[in-house]
This record gives sequence, structure tokens and C-alpha cells, in this order.
Amino acid sequence: MVGQAALRPGTGAGLQSRQFSHQDSFSLPQFPGFDDLYCKFCFVYGQDWVPTAGLEEGISQITSKSDVAPTTLVWNFPIDITFKSTNPSGCECWGWWDPARRPGTRLTHTSFAGPQIVVSVYGPDFFGNDVVRGYGAVHVPFTPGRHTRTIAMFVPESTSRLQKFTSWFTGRRPEFTDPKVVAQGEGREVTRVRSQGFVTISFNVVTKDMKKLGYDVSPSDMQNPSLVPVTEGIHKY
Amino acid sequence: MAAGPSDAAPQALRDLPPVPSTSRTGFAEFSVRERMREKLKAARAKAEITLLQEDRSPRPRRLKSIRERKTDFRLDKAFQNDFPSAEEAYNFFTFNFDSEPESIKAGARKRNELNEEEEAEEECVETHEDEQEEDETDEDARLVKDDDLFIIGQTAEDFLVMKPADCESYSEQLKKEKEFLFTPSMLAVPPSEKMPGNMQPRYLEDEGLYTGERPFVSQSNQNILENRILRQEQGKEWFGDDGKILALPNPIKQSSTRPPIFSLEEGIAPELETVYRKAIKMTAANQYLVGPGDFQGPFQLDIDISGLIFTHHPCFSREHVLAAKLAQLYDQYLARKQKNLTKLLTDKLHALRNAVECSIDGGDAGVPRPVAQQSIPEYKIEIRQTRRLRDAEQEKDRMLLKTIIKVWKQIKSLRDFQKFTNTPMKLYLRKEEVDQRLDEKAYEAEIQAEINELLEECMEEYEKKMKEYKTELQEWKSWKKTQKSKKKKKKKDIHEEEESVEDCDLGEERVKPIPPKMANSLEIEQQVREKADNCRRKPGEPALIPELVLSGSVTPTELCPRAEVLRREDVKKRSAFIKVLFNAKEVSRTVTRPISSDFRVHFGQIFNLQIFNWPESLKLQIYETMGMSSTTLLAEVFIPVPETTVLTGSAPMEEIEFSSNQRVMLDHEGVGSGVSFSFEADGSNKMTLMTSGKVSNSVSWAVGEKGIPLIPPVSQQNTGIPSALKNIDAIASIGTSGLTDMKKLAKWAVEAKLDPNDPNNAALMQLIMVATSGEARVPDFFRLEQLQQEFNFVSDEEFNRSKRFRLLQLRNGEVAEFRNYKQVPLHEREISEKIFEDYEKRLQERDVIDSKNYLDAHRAVVANYLQKVRESVINRFLIAKHNFLLSDLVNEEEIPSLGSEGPGILGLSLFKLAEPKRPLKPRRKERKKVTAQNLSDGDIKLLVNIIRAYDIPVRKPVMSKLPQPSKSSRSFNDMFAASPSAQSPMDSPDWALNQVLVRPFVEVSFQRTVCRTTTAEGPNPNWNEELELPFRAPNGDYSTHSLQSVKDEVFINVFDEVLHDAVEDDPERGSGIRTRVERHWLGCVKIPFTTIYFQARVDGTFKVDVPPVLLGYSKEKNLGIERGYDSVQNLSEGSYITLFITIEPQLIPGESVREKMNEMLKKFDTQEEEKLLQAAAKYEAECTSKFPSRKCLTTVIDLNGKTVFITRYIKPLNPPQELLDAIPNSSQTAAELVARYVALIPFLPDSVSFAGICDLWSTSDQFLYLLAGDEEEHAVLLCNYFLGMGKKAWLIIGNAIPEGPTAYVLTLEQSQYVIWNPSTGCFYGQYDTFCPLQNVYCLIGCDNIWFNMQEYDSPIRINFDISKPKLWKSFFSRRLPYPGLRSIQPEELVYQHADKAAAVELQGRIEKILKEKIMEWRPRHLTRWNRYCTSTLRNFLPLLEQNQGKDIEDDHQAELQKQLGDYRVSGFPIHMPFSEVRPLIEAVHSMGVHTIDVSNVEFALAVYIHAYPQNVLSVWIYIASLVRNR
Repeated sequence: MVGQAALRPGTGAGLQSRQFSHQDSFSLPQFPGFDDLYCKFCFVYGQDWVPTAGLEEGISQITSKSDVAPTTLVWNFPIDITFKSTNPSGCECWGWWDPARRPGTRLTHTSFAGPQIVVSVYGPDFFGNDVVRGYGAVHVPFTPGRHTRTIAMFVPESTSRLQKFTSWFTGRRPEFTDPKVVAQGEGREVTRVRSQGFVTISFNVVTKDMKKLGYDVSPSDMQNPSLVPVTEGIHKY
Repeated sequence: MAAGPSDAAPQALRDLPPVPSTSRTGFAEFSVRERMREKLKAARAKAEITLLQEDRSPRPRRLKSIRERKTDFRLDKAFQNDFPSAEEAYNFFTFNFDSEPESIKAGARKRNELNEEEEAEEECVETHEDEQEEDETDEDARLVKDDDLFIIGQTAEDFLVMKPADCESYSEQLKKEKEFLFTPSMLAVPPSEKMPGNMQPRYLEDEGLYTGERPFVSQSNQNILENRILRQEQGKEWFGDDGKILALPNPIKQSSTRPPIFSLEEGIAPELETVYRKAIKMTAANQYLVGPGDFQGPFQLDIDISGLIFTHHPCFSREHVLAAKLAQLYDQYLARKQKNLTKLLTDKLHALRNAVECSIDGGDAGVPRPVAQQSIPEYKIEIRQTRRLRDAEQEKDRMLLKTIIKVWKQIKSLRDFQKFTNTPMKLYLRKEEVDQRLDEKAYEAEIQAEINELLEECMEEYEKKMKEYKTELQEWKSWKKTQKSKKKKKKKDIHEEEESVEDCDLGEERVKPIPPKMANSLEIEQQVREKADNCRRKPGEPALIPELVLSGSVTPTELCPRAEVLRREDVKKRSAFIKVLFNAKEVSRTVTRPISSDFRVHFGQIFNLQIFNWPESLKLQIYETMGMSSTTLLAEVFIPVPETTVLTGSAPMEEIEFSSNQRVMLDHEGVGSGVSFSFEADGSNKMTLMTSGKVSNSVSWAVGEKGIPLIPPVSQQNTGIPSALKNIDAIASIGTSGLTDMKKLAKWAVEAKLDPNDPNNAALMQLIMVATSGEARVPDFFRLEQLQQEFNFVSDEEFNRSKRFRLLQLRNGEVAEFRNYKQVPLHEREISEKIFEDYEKRLQERDVIDSKNYLDAHRAVVANYLQKVRESVINRFLIAKHNFLLSDLVNEEEIPSLGSEGPGILGLSLFKLAEPKRPLKPRRKERKKVTAQNLSDGDIKLLVNIIRAYDIPVRKPVMSKLPQPSKSSRSFNDMFAASPSAQSPMDSPDWALNQVLVRPFVEVSFQRTVCRTTTAEGPNPNWNEELELPFRAPNGDYSTHSLQSVKDEVFINVFDEVLHDAVEDDPERGSGIRTRVERHWLGCVKIPFTTIYFQARVDGTFKVDVPPVLLGYSKEKNLGIERGYDSVQNLSEGSYITLFITIEPQLIPGESVREKMNEMLKKFDTQEEEKLLQAAAKYEAECTSKFPSRKCLTTVIDLNGKTVFITRYIKPLNPPQELLDAIPNSSQTAAELVARYVALIPFLPDSVSFAGICDLWSTSDQFLYLLAGDEEEHAVLLCNYFLGMGKKAWLIIGNAIPEGPTAYVLTLEQSQYVIWNPSTGCFYGQYDTFCPLQNVYCLIGCDNIWFNMQEYDSPIRINFDISKPKLWKSFFSRRLPYPGLRSIQPEELVYQHADKAAAVELQGRIEKILKEKIMEWRPRHLTRWNRYCTSTLRNFLPLLEQNQGKDIEDDHQAELQKQLGDYRVSGFPIHMPFSEVRPLIEAVHSMGVHTIDVSNVEFALAVYIHAYPQNVLSVWIYIASLVRNR
């Protein structure tokens, strides 16, 4: 169950007119064959984003499989965080739309993107060593309301068979140097990964003053995102 | 049908009685047989009919399987059993059935079951049938014989003669055979028989003649042949000289001359395989051929054939004919309706009438309008014309409607008559009710108007005619008169001639003009009404609107009469296909599709023709096939070659009509083609229709991948359109392509005088209006990405104007100033202009050489050049930063290896488990390293641990004078032989007692934060204090590369705290002590942040940079008066401070980035041999595997980014001659002087300029030109100088404090090794404890590299004897001899002479600048300059330079005291190499002399610049503060 923490409506500090609050909770990781998992999370966001409240990084409790029928792992771990931004580009709903990007220029750098939650799951292996069970990332939805996202989790593969064996034996499996790697595209081409399972996250999102920035993210508008509010917003300043 | 007889025969046979058993029983056999025969015939006929009927259902195979066949038989039986006659019944029950065929069949079936293959099955069936056939004929034959016997049966015995059979004995037979037959023997023929006469056989081969190999024939056959030949006449002629049969040599070659062909595909003989070859462009001369020069590749024409509709076909039934007619009419109706000409013309008529009325009225209103009046007759004429047209159109409409209805009625009656329906067509006539009264009124009004007009017209006509009549009458009358008068004359003159004249006149005789009739209004009305009746709807009559639908049901075939069924079947059998002919060559054809019952054929195929030339002709051929066999060409259709604007995707479907003159007559309902037929019962009103139809197709030019239409360039063949056409058809005039060109179109419209009011032209006129008005100008340029525009949310101008977008764009481009800009504001107004100021300034100044900052044009140029090199390197680095290796992203255990010190489990780490938990000698544990990503301001602290200092200068009591031994003449020998103990402090106790305390403290300043220690006492203080300074990364960016480029330095300043009595002449002196604290700067140590960052900790004893002269202070110099290469003395060389500096938490240095950069740079081109590079890589790998911490350097990167082998940098070079001339004899001093010269070249660390990413090595001449470089360049130059001076010198690659990885120079002087620090010019003995060089990794000479293989790498503990291969691993050895690499250094260095005048000028400028600065720094105080002191100081400075800053301070002090008298002087000279002004200012500022705030303070400042060759400048700044002693 999602905790009862009241969703904070943004206090709208000064001119930084974008306030954005959301609460996540993990639940239902599907990791066949694994047990006693815990997960770490962190948020990756671009330079135009600032967390105003809540924890950016955290670690959950260890969860074990239940004996009763749906043997899923449940964390139900609530996270509460508020972001604000002056320049909400590269968000989930607009993909990589970035006003600074003109035809012919490079794709937007990850560091300008909207907030993503990066989840990495750990658990003991056969020998009791703590090993990573999966990395995954998802953009935080912008539309107010409740959203459920299922993230496919993956781990980097060993470069050779021998290393695979030794890493299994020693419990030191290949890991990403930084879990935030999975939130960006750059450099990923050198890695080989394997799918490991899924984690379900539910988001409860509240936004404030999005219209001041020229974005209309009320759910009904999501069906046909019109450009009118965008341009209006651009011309308003 | 072919199987018919064989099927029928057994059936008939079954009914046959077996002849022998029945022939003699009861009946009169003859009649029975006759009847049986008839029966047989009948049965056969029947069977045939049934088979025929069965054949109706199409049989896919001629031969059925046996099983099916059997069911056929059963059916047949059943069929026969329906009608059994008495005889049959009798036969059936009494006769024995011959079971033979059955059994054969059974056998056959069995066999069939065994064989599964169909072919075998068919074979069986055939044999089976054959057998049956045989049976049949047998029985027939027997029947015939029986008949014969039967006929002459009575007398048979009379003709017969009984005789025993002849028999020949076997032996007789053989005997007879022997007479006739010859059996050649198989035995060999003796050679004598074969040779003529007694000739010996002659073997040609043995004689050396060539005889080919004979073809192989087996010996026995050969013998048989020889025997046979010998039997013949002249048989011996067949034998050659060798007694063998004459034979040509074997024609078959042993080896095949044809190369073997290997088949690619299974099952196809290799010879028959087809090979694909690309079509070759034909280069025949052709008027349409594109020139070879501008050949643009194959072009493509897309031909889309969607279908075929027959408007007439031989298989059309009458109903179809009518339906086609109806459809055509309906189409016409629709077209007319769309145009609605009637309505238009009616409206026009009304408009014209109104206009006429108006103009007449207007005229009445008083203002005479000549124009209007004039136009009235024109209007009237127009009205007349329009009315006529309208009437014609109306009549056409009416007629059309009538015809439609008529045809529909015909169809209906035909359907009724033939009692079936063939077409789904239905015509609905929708009645549109009209208001009767209104309608009548309108009708009447119309008629009245028309009548009036007609009347008017008639009146006009009448008048005209009347006029004509009158004139004519006049003429006639006059003529008549003349005639009469003539007659009279003639009658009188010649009577005879009268006749003839009369005759002639008769021809000329004018008919008397008939007066025109006045038009009768009633008559006209009658006319009009009649016409209206004809062509117009009667008033009140509902308007009829026909609607044609295809909703009717077609009568199913079962319910149709036979003729119709046949027709439908015929249609089913027919199919059609279309061939596409390009330039009269067939290029493709459609699939064959059956003609549907509504005579439509759908193809829906698109053919892509790849062509090279402009097509000459495009043609479609329509073929019809009937059943399996006949294919007839129905028609040929030429397709116009599309215009170049017609592209695939936009091309419309076009229907092209065709017709055929083929004559087809059919024997069923189909009406045929070219055959007359009639719908009437009596055969009248015959019509003949030809096969015709429409092909719907579209031809267009394909569009290539890039959206380029694949059209061959149109060869300008002006096809000469008739000029008359040009006025009518725009397209004919300017071509379709012209339609897109508005100007052309407009021009054409003007020329053709189009009626702008014609509704037909409305669209065109509007287009032209738009085009010519200029409001919406059609651009004459082509826009790429025109679709992008609609996604641009602001215009480009706005985009460029907006500061916010500019900021975002710059940040996205990773421009240094904005790379880490956070929180770009939402609104334009929140962005201040200042943000861009720095950036714009930088952009502007990039190419402008700022002479103000540099004072020296040469240095400005160099700085500019360095800036550019720096930028290019940084750009490369930024590119490299986006390249990731796996190790950058994934942490993975290395492959474990046995025995090594690697991190594997099987290595030494296993033993670690057994280690004691608390070892007696604990090791430093590695701190956890922190990635720089999640750091923010305040997280990082710089920890500076100040431990102790040695030899801090001590205060001198004022006015005290110490006798100084003269040190002016030191010899080389002196330096090495001198004993340090001569003047130790112990030896002069009084000096020690006199010593004034120094109270030093240390102040550490970093990034404007200042921390200080407590004050200690004495020249060797011990603080042991830890200072914590916060660290802020530039722009808050804590990423690795940002930290690497931090330029801040940690300043560790040593001060002396001096207490003065505040008010010396205070009256209240006794009651309290007020002291003033003064701090006097003693020296400083500077450590760049990057050094700390890269080395994680800086730990050691550093030399404090103490100025050569400290006024008021002296060193305890007695400890080491003598300088030299000796080790022990050097303790006294300067002041030292022991420090430990680190960063908390430990940051991961960006080492990997540097490595990667180097890797990347190595990929740039190189001029080294590949072999050498490989050897270098191998050498490096070997070295680092043994000593991972020691850096092995074999190749470096020069300024051009090329990889160069390191020994190429080392080459003996000449130092400036002036330096050598200065001290002619002393090699030691000369060496020092050279080292000083090298050290005077400004130091510019690569790690700062290139953000610690790479190390570029410049050659010595480049270095001297640039006058800037880091340790490597200094070291290389110094090493080269030493080599040039004939010393033994090497480059040391090692690690020193505080620089970190660096390069030093090693020389061998009199069996002692001396280590030189090239960037300071200092030198140390090998065993010097304060030598900053900590580790020695490798030595580099001019022809080899030696890697340190000893256990230790501290210079004190190692042996520098490179000849020992166990201690030093050399690169070039016996295995790889030195290949004699050419040095990249120049042959000789050429020096510019020192420019003294420029130095003096510069000196003045610097002095002025510094003085201004000091005054600027003291804004609240008056800054007084003591001129005396200044001039004295100015005199000191050249001396300092001469002595290289050594030990002359006492002279100064004395001199100053003498000059100034009662002043307390504190000050010092600063010595710096000159690069630019800013560092000088910084240095002066950091000394803090100006901070003194005593009210009566005076200052003195002197600058001296000594110029060395090649513009190397040594700058001395002497700064002092003076306080007058009261």
C-alpha cells in the first residue's frame, strides 16, 4: 500500500515557477530465482532541475519471498521528493524536445534532461555475497496523477567465460562504475547486459505552475498534446 | 472425351454373354446376336452421353486414379440399372460374368497401392486400359469368327483335310543353317594370313615414326572383325604393315580441353544455368540519348496498370449492351450536371437582361452614359448568343434525360422478355416536386421575355431587311428605268438583235425584291412555346433526377435459359492480360486475369521501368485468351509519355479508350463484335458494335531515394504546337511544367485574352491574381526541410535575439563558460547581459594581441600561439571524453593469475587471510575514494598539516655587523673539497648568544581562504598543526576534468611575528603595555592544487622560497657556508618546511582520462617505424608489469601531435656563447650559469594549460622560441646543453615533490652523480637528503633508455651505474641494436643577442606599473616613496644578478644604513623569470609589504631586468618599507 504522506503542493518559491512533487513506492519486483533483495535508488536530473525536498538517494529494506501463492517480492518503500525546474526540457512527455536543439546539432546531453529514477537491486548470491541483481531507470512522469511503471532490470555481463565463472565464484560480479550510467545513453555501446527481471514503481505526481512555463500536462490534454500552449508560453515572457 | 470409349467398352462387355457357353441355348441365336449388337451400340452411345454430361464438370486431369474410376463404373451401372430391359435382366441373372477385367483391375489396384508415385499410377492405368482394349478386340474378333463359322457352319467339314504335322530333326536343321550362316571365329588370326605374300610385319612405331594411340577395341571383337574381313574379297587391304587393322589414332583426348563447369544449383545441368548480367547501357546514336558526360544513372518510369473495363465485348448480352449504353449516358449526365452549363447560361442571361434594363433605366435617370448606351447593342447580341446556347444546352439535357429513360425502359422490357437479369444496374428516377405556381410564373416570364426579345430581334431584322429592301427596290427601280429606256432605244435600232439581248438580259434581269414580312407576334409565341415544350420541363412537372445504382440482383445461372448459360460460361473461360511495350519492345506483361461477369479485369500491377533514354513510345497491348489455347490481340493503346512534373504518388489514374476491329460471331446469347444485331423483334434497327473498352492506368516518373525524380533530362525537342492551339489550351502552350510557374501562366493569360468572368477560368484567374498581385509572392528559391518550419516554435530572428535560447544553446555546445550553468532562468528578463560579457570578450580577444598585458610583442605572439595550441588540445580532449571504454562503465574483476601480485584470489591475496589482524608495523590503509559526481560545495576540504620548519632566517639585531668571509673567489676544487665544519655555530658562541629570536608562524591561503598556525619560536619551529581549508570547484562542477583544470595554488607563507611597543613615547608607558604586532614575510611555498589532486597527498620537506636578501634577517649560514656538490653541507642551503597535504575525502584522479587521451594521441600519425613502436610498447609492458608504479617513457608527443621516440630529443646543443664567455675557465660555474639560464625561461606547466590531460614535448628551439614550457622542456634543454659542454648527462624521469611526475637531469661530475632541477636551476648531490627528487624511474640518454630495475627507486638508495644490466634494463641491446635515430633537435641553436635597450625600457615600465599598483592597494593611505632608498636599491640589483642572488645582503644592509641613517628597513628582492606582468604584480602583492599601516611609512621599489640571449629576461624587484626610528 502506498503510504499516507500527503502530497506536497509546491510552495512556488519566487520566480522559479516550476514546482513538482511526487511520491514513489516500489513494489512487486519480479526476479525469478532470487530472494532477499534490497534496492538502492537515486535520482538523476539535468542542470535545470533542483530537488527542493526529500531524499535524492536511499536504500530500502531487504525483502524476502512470501510463502503464500503470489511469491512476489514486495518492498512498498515510499520515497518522497520534490523537484523544481526553470527549464523543463528533456522530460518524459516530450521525449528529447529541447529548445536549444536546432537541426543539425548533437542530441541533448543527458545532463539537461528531466528527472529519472535509477534503481539498482542487490541481493545475496549462492555463497552469501552481496551481488547486484539489476539496474534500471525510468523517467518520472509529468502528468499529475497516479502512474505505474514497470522497469526492466539488467546487469552487465562478464567479458569472458572465465571471468564469468570467477566472478560467480568470488561473488564479485561486474557492476556499473556508477548506477547513474543507466540513465544516460552515452558510452552504453561498450557494455553487454543481460535482463534480470522487473521492478514495478508507482508514482503519485503533483505538479504546480506548469502552465506558467507553457506546459499543459493535465491528463485530458495528454491525448492530443497541442503546440498552442507551448508557443504561448514561449511568447509570454 | 479421349477416355470415353475405353470407359464405355468394359461396361458394354459386361453385358455380353460369354460366347461358347450360351451360343447353343434356347433362342434363335442370330436374332439374339443382332439384338445384342444393337444393344451394345445403344449402351455405348448412352455411356458416351453420360460421359459427356459428366465432362461438363471440368476434369482437371485426363486420367483419374483407379479409385475414382471405379466409382464411375458404379455410377454407370446404376444408371443402367434404372432402365433394364427384359433381355438384360435375363442376361444378368443367367450369364456367367467374365470376371477377368475385374481381377485385372484388382491386380492393378494392388500394384497401385504399392506404387505411390503418380506417374507409376498413370502408367498402370494405361496398361490396364491397354489390356482392356485388347480384351475388347479379342472378343470382337472372336465374334466375327464365330459369325463366319456360323454362317458357313453347315459345310465346314467338307473343306478340311486332316494331316499330321511336319517335323524336321534338329541335326538337319543345323546342317541347313550351316549352309547359310557364317559365324566368325573369336580366335586370333595368324599374322601370315593378314599380310600379303610372305612379308614380315613391319612396326612403324619401332622405326621411330609416329603412330597415334589406337582407339580401344576389345581383343575378341577385333578378332571377330578380322575374321570377317578376311572372308571378303581383298580383305587384306584392310590390314596395315604391322598386321593390324588400319585405324586412325584415337580422336579422344586424354584430358578434356574444356574447363569443368560446376553447377551452382542442384538439378540443373551446369551448361544450362543462366547467369545474371546487368543490362549494359546501349550507346547507339539516338536523338533522345542523354549525353555520356551528364549521365545520371538509370531513370525510372512507373507504369501502373490498374484495370480494364470493356465497353463492348463479343460476349456482351443484349442487356449488357444496353447497360453499357446506359452507363455511358449516365456518365455524360453526371458530367453535364457537374458543369451545369444550363444553369450558368441561364444566370448569365438573367444578368445580361438586368444589365440591359439597368443601363436603359440609368439613361432614363438623366445622366446620359454613352458607354452604357453603346454597350446595349453589344449586350443584346450577347443575350441572343447566350440564349441560343442555353436553348441548345437545355435541349441536350432534355434529350439526354429522355435517352436515359428510354434505354432504361428498353432494359426493363428486355429483362421482362428474357426473364433473367444480367446486370445489376438499376435506374431510379427521383422526382423533385416543385411549386407549381412559382414554376409556372417563372416559365411564363421566361417565355414572355424570350418572346419580347425575339420580337425585338425580329423588329430589328425587319427594319434591317426593310432598309435593304428599300435600297434594293431603289436600285431595281432605277435599273428598270434604264432597262426600259434601253429597250426603247433598241427597238428602234436593231430589232434582230433584240432577241439575243433580251436573252442576255434575262440572265441579268433582277428579280423584283420582295418586301420583308412583318414578324407575327403570335407566330413567334407559337414558336417559342413549341421550343420550350421540346426542350424544357413543363411547368409544374416534377424535375426528374436519374440515379443509377448497381444494387440489382443478377439472376443465378441455374435459372437462366441454355443460351445464356452458354454465354456466361464463355465469359468465364475468357481472360485478359496486357503487355507493356516500351519503344516497341515488350518489357513486361501483367498476369492473366479472368474477365469478370461485368466485363472488368482488375490487374493492379505497377511496373517499374528502368530506362536510360527519354522514351520514344509507350504502348499497351491488350490480349484476350480463350480457354487454354487461343490468345488474340485485342487492341493496342498508346500512352502519352508523362510530363516531367508527373511524379509517382501524385499521378492521377487515367482511362484510355481502345477499340478493336475484330469480328467475332458467337453461337450463344453474346452479341458478338462487328456483327449486326437488333433489339427489335422484327430485326429492324440493326446496330453493329465493335469490341471496345478502357484501360485505366497511370504513368509517372519515379522518385529516387533522396526524393529526386528519376527523369531523364528533356532534350529540347520543340514539337511545334500549332499556334492556334496556344490561345486555347494553356497546357499546350506552355507545357504542364509551366503551370507551376506563375509568371509564365500569367503571361499566357494576358496573351490569350482570357475572359476573367468565365466561370471556367475562375480557378485559373484567381491563381494568376495571387501570383501577379505580389502579396503572396512565390519564392524563387527552394527550401530544404520545409517541413521543419512548422515545428519551429519561434522564428530564427527571435531565436537569435533571445538571451535565454542563446544561453541554452551555448550550454548545449559545452562552451567552457556555460558548461555547468545551472537553472537557466525561465524568463528572458531574468538573464542579465553580464552573463555573456566574459564570453564575448574572450571571443573578441582571441585574435587581438593585447600588448598592454605583455609589454613585449614577442611574448604576446607566443602567448597567443600557446592559447591556440591549448584550445586545439582541449577540443581533442573533449572528443576523447565522449569515447568510453568498458572499464569506464563497468567495474569488473580482472582475470585472476597465479603467482602475480594481481588482485586475483589465487594470488597473494589468499595469504592475506593468514595475516595477523593487528600487525606490528601497520600499513597505511587506502582511503575510500569518492567519485566526484555527487559532490557539492563544502564537501571537499583541503587538509594541510604543517609539521616543522628548518633554518628559518632569524632577525638581525639592528646595526649589528658580522664579518663575512669573502666568497667571491670560489674555485671548482674548492667546492668539492671544502669542509663544512669550519664555521659551525658551535664555533661562534657569541653569535649564537646574540641571536635574536624569530617567532615564525605559517599562513596557508587557498582560494582566498586564509588559515594560520600558532606562533612558534626559533629558527627550527615545530608546529604540528592541521589546517582545514574548504575547496570550491570552479562553477560548482566537480567532474573529473573540471577538477583537473583547477589552477588555484596553495600558498604556504612563513611569517615572522614582530611585536613592537605601540607608542614608544607614550607618557603612560609604565601603566600598561601596548604592543603592535607586525608580521614580516620570510618566504613561501607554492603548491598547485592539481599536484595534490593527482597525487592524492603531498608529503615531504619542501624548500621555502626565501628571497636572497631579507633585510633585517639573516640565516644561520654558518651551518653551510660552502655550497657544492657535497651532500652534507646542503642542509644549510635554504629554509625547509615539512608538510603533509591531502584532500578529504579522497578524490579519484582522472588518470584514466589522461591515459585514454594518450592512447588517442598515439593513434595520430607518427614517423617512427612500426617495428620500433612495437618494441617500445613491448618494453613498456615488460617494465610496468615488473614495477607497476614506475613510469616508463619511450615515446612522447610533439607539438604537432605526432608520436616521437624519446631519445630523439636528446642531442648535444650549444649553450649561448655569451654565457660560456662570461666564465671562461670554471666548468662548474659555467654549468651553474647555464642551469640558471634554463631556469630563467618561464615555467608553464602542461598540467595546467592542458587540464592535466596530456604532455606535449617541444624541441629545444621551439622551447626557446616559445619561452615557455614545463619540466620536460627545461630538462631536455639543460641536458642538451650539458652534453654540448662535454659532460655526461642523462634525463631522469621520476617523481619529485612538489611537482609530481617530472624530469630532472643527471650529470656525472668527477665520479659523483649530480641531480639538477632544471626549472629552478638548483643542483643536488646524489645523497642530498633535501633533494626534491624522490623516485627515479628511468634514465634517457641520446641513444638509449634505461629502466630502473632496482628494488628501490629513491636516488639515495640506487646505483646510477647504467652499465650494469641487472640494475638498469636498457631498451636498445644486442638483440635490438640502436638503429641510429636521427634527432629532431636542430643542428645548432641560433641565439638572438640580448637587447639591453629594450630591457631598460621594460624595466622602467614595470617599475611604474608596480608603483601604481602599490598605491592602488593602499587607497586610504598616502604612499610615500623614498627616493634615496630606491636609488640605493637600484644599485644593489645588478649586483644581485651578477652574483646570482647569493649572500650579499649584509652589504645591502650596511649600505642602506649608511645611506639612510635612522630607518628601520624591512624588504627583500624578488627574483623571477619574466613572462608577463601579472605574475609580477601577484608576487609583489603576495609579499604583503604594502599592508604595513604605520602612518609614517615610506616605500622603496626598484626593478632591474637583465637581458640574456634569446630574449630571456631575469627580473629583479626590490621592495622595501622604511620606518623612521624616533
